[in-house]
Amino acid sequence: MSFLEYAPAPESTSILNLSPSYGLFINGEWVDGGDDSYTTISPATEKPIAEIAHASASDVDRAVSAARRAYDTVWSRMSGADRGKYLFRIARLIQERARELAVAETLDNGKPIRETRDVDVPLVAAWFFHYAGWADKLEWAGLGANPTSLGVAGQIIPWNFPLLMLAWKVAPALAAGNTVVLKPAETTPLTALLFAEICQQAGLPAGVVNIIPGRGSVAGARLVEHPDVNKIAFTGSTAVGRQIARTIAGTDKKLTLELGGKGANIVFDDAAVDEAVEGIVRGIFFNQGHVCCAGSRLLVQENVHDEIVEKLTRRLSTLRLGDPLDKNTDIGAINSKVQLDRITALVNTGESEGAERWTLDCPVPKAGFWFRPTVFTNVATSNTIAREEIFGPVLSVLTFRTADEAITKANNTPYGLSAGIWTQNASRMLRVADELRAGVIWANTFNHFDPTSPFGGYKESGYGREGGRHGLTAYLSNGDAR
Amino acid sequence: MSRLPVAKTYKLFIGGAFPRSESGRVYDVTTPAGEFIANASKASRKDARDAVVAARAAVAKWSGATAYNRGQVLYRIAEMLEGRTAQFSDEIQKSTGASAKDASTEVHAAIDLLVWYAGWTDKYAQVVGGANPVAGPFFNLSVPEPTGVVAVVGPQSGHNSLLGLVATVAPALVTGNTVVVIASEGSPCAAMSFAEVVATSDVPGGVVNILTGSPTEIAPWLASHQDINAIDLTGADTELALACERDAAETLKRVVRPGQFSATLGSVDRIGAFVETKTVWHTKSLS
Repeated sequence: MSFLEYAPAPESTSILNLSPSYGLFINGEWVDGGDDSYTTISPATEKPIAEIAHASASDVDRAVSAARRAYDTVWSRMSGADRGKYLFRIARLIQERARELAVAETLDNGKPIRETRDVDVPLVAAWFFHYAGWADKLEWAGLGANPTSLGVAGQIIPWNFPLLMLAWKVAPALAAGNTVVLKPAETTPLTALLFAEICQQAGLPAGVVNIIPGRGSVAGARLVEHPDVNKIAFTGSTAVGRQIARTIAGTDKKLTLELGGKGANIVFDDAAVDEAVEGIVRGIFFNQGHVCCAGSRLLVQENVHDEIVEKLTRRLSTLRLGDPLDKNTDIGAINSKVQLDRITALVNTGESEGAERWTLDCPVPKAGFWFRPTVFTNVATSNTIAREEIFGPVLSVLTFRTADEAITKANNTPYGLSAGIWTQNASRMLRVADELRAGVIWANTFNHFDPTSPFGGYKESGYGREGGRHGLTAYLSNGDAR
Repeated sequence: MSRLPVAKTYKLFIGGAFPRSESGRVYDVTTPAGEFIANASKASRKDARDAVVAARAAVAKWSGATAYNRGQVLYRIAEMLEGRTAQFSDEIQKSTGASAKDASTEVHAAIDLLVWYAGWTDKYAQVVGGANPVAGPFFNLSVPEPTGVVAVVGPQSGHNSLLGLVATVAPALVTGNTVVVIASEGSPCAAMSFAEVVATSDVPGGVVNILTGSPTEIAPWLASHQDINAIDLTGADTELALACERDAAETLKRVVRPGQFSATLGSVDRIGAFVETKTVWHTKSLS
């Protein structure tokens, strides 16, 4: 046994008490879906987890009218302090059921338990705690003395951080006094359905939160076009974001979009090399690279390129890919066959366009969807892998000579979600941060999130912010204040 | 003996210069009673695209200016306008039929609004940005930044041809955006005279670009333009606004819908319609 070999340390799934099948959560009750049901599987084993109902368009209508009724009769009339108390309750219930939620998320999504346990679920609880405290302080949100809620919020979330994206959407919406209809992603409905149970345990009034798994093209589309929805919040692809913006044109609906990215992680020659290497790994291999704000383009100063790449590949060689429920696992499963095929196709394109490929030499489980961490060097800015979001554990390395060149290359994308800067020179860091056209900039760190910290994109990475006071205002109107 | 007056040629305002429309087209501007006032330039798609190029080129300088400097420049516009109150009042009366009192009230309101916005340049970031108390050893700061180039379909009603223009353009300028605005089609004279004020107020060329002509013709080119970050549809009718909002979705432009903000009053939220929030994290440690 070499020092890199460990005995398996799998987290038990006995903590889970799942139903064999789940319906839709509408008006505080479980109801059957009008469309056919499907099986959600574990991407690490391809084994079934549970049968999930698909919401039909008329299910969406039912959910929206339940949300409207709850808004009109209960939630918009409740004091902010009481709304806050419900959110505090939910936060506590999430903490109490944290391990169970982490296991469920890992099972359904394929991401390592180390991440769901230490990142996703603690942040979910933190998000509810943060916004719980906002509920009775809306007059301090910066929208004048009498800010008002919007009404019914339709929320559509992706599969990469299923429960965390739910928290980012639901917590501020409820704190501001809105009711919600939330559609989780098709491949990852499980934790949203457990969250519905938590709403029941918290005694949340019926209809305040409605959870409707379904297809984007059916349930998602209906939610977006529904005339009685006042606000749409979407996290997902830029292509779907465009469609949504188009669909709601000419209406009064408010919209926030958190879309794709092609984040530049810029390493200057005076960076602390070991820390930078850790940050590069965190930037693109966290959550198998299924991260919209991933640092998927490494821009490294030419004179340290070889050193950084050598240290990076050496560090990557210590990563452990495999059973996501194993506490030692760094790289879990790719969330779906569809995503695996997309990553594979883009990587093949990268090779055929002339970039040099390095891939971690490690065993890959027989069943499930897996992609070994991959680094491309000798990448040109015009290469597909330097332009398109891969949404997988694939890093493209480009070089630069001057800070100006780094800035130009970093900004040379229609996206603008995130960027990283690695330098020990504080003046240069701040100046580069000023010049980068991206909504979140991590300097000498990467991929940190916090409920107090606004997150969102420039340009085609979307608009609106989630987190903190900014995220709250996305669910409020200012009445008549200037 | 009465003197024969010298009539003004109304042209476009692009990149700090006053070109005619490249299309060579003009249209009649008349009083409400139908009397001829002037020929205004009828801007084309090419003029709109030239204006966007000028606006994009001006972003670095204007957004890179200090907030203090931008405030002084906006205040300078107000100063220059104040000195020409009579001229603007006269133009407004002629083209809209407003009374002398109403016309001067409008000019004064435009001046006061510019002063109000001038004062916001170095306060806005402090009011809406701030330090975020994240749960970890990080410096974490959020600041508003200009989104870039803003296209504006200026108010088109027969009234407030100057005030409406100022109320839509000034909030975008506060944080460092540059603007391409389509002036009131029916009453473009005050807008083009306002261009003269802008041109003599230390506003860098290209920061404000003013087009006259048909919003129905020009706005869709702006809505679908790849190098515009936001579009304000305040002056678009329902049909045009719908078409423009749909086109704007292709490039995910930030959109201000008709009626979303007042066409004549100041609004802090309107400044916010054209900013991006940037959040910067940095580690903290003693090592």
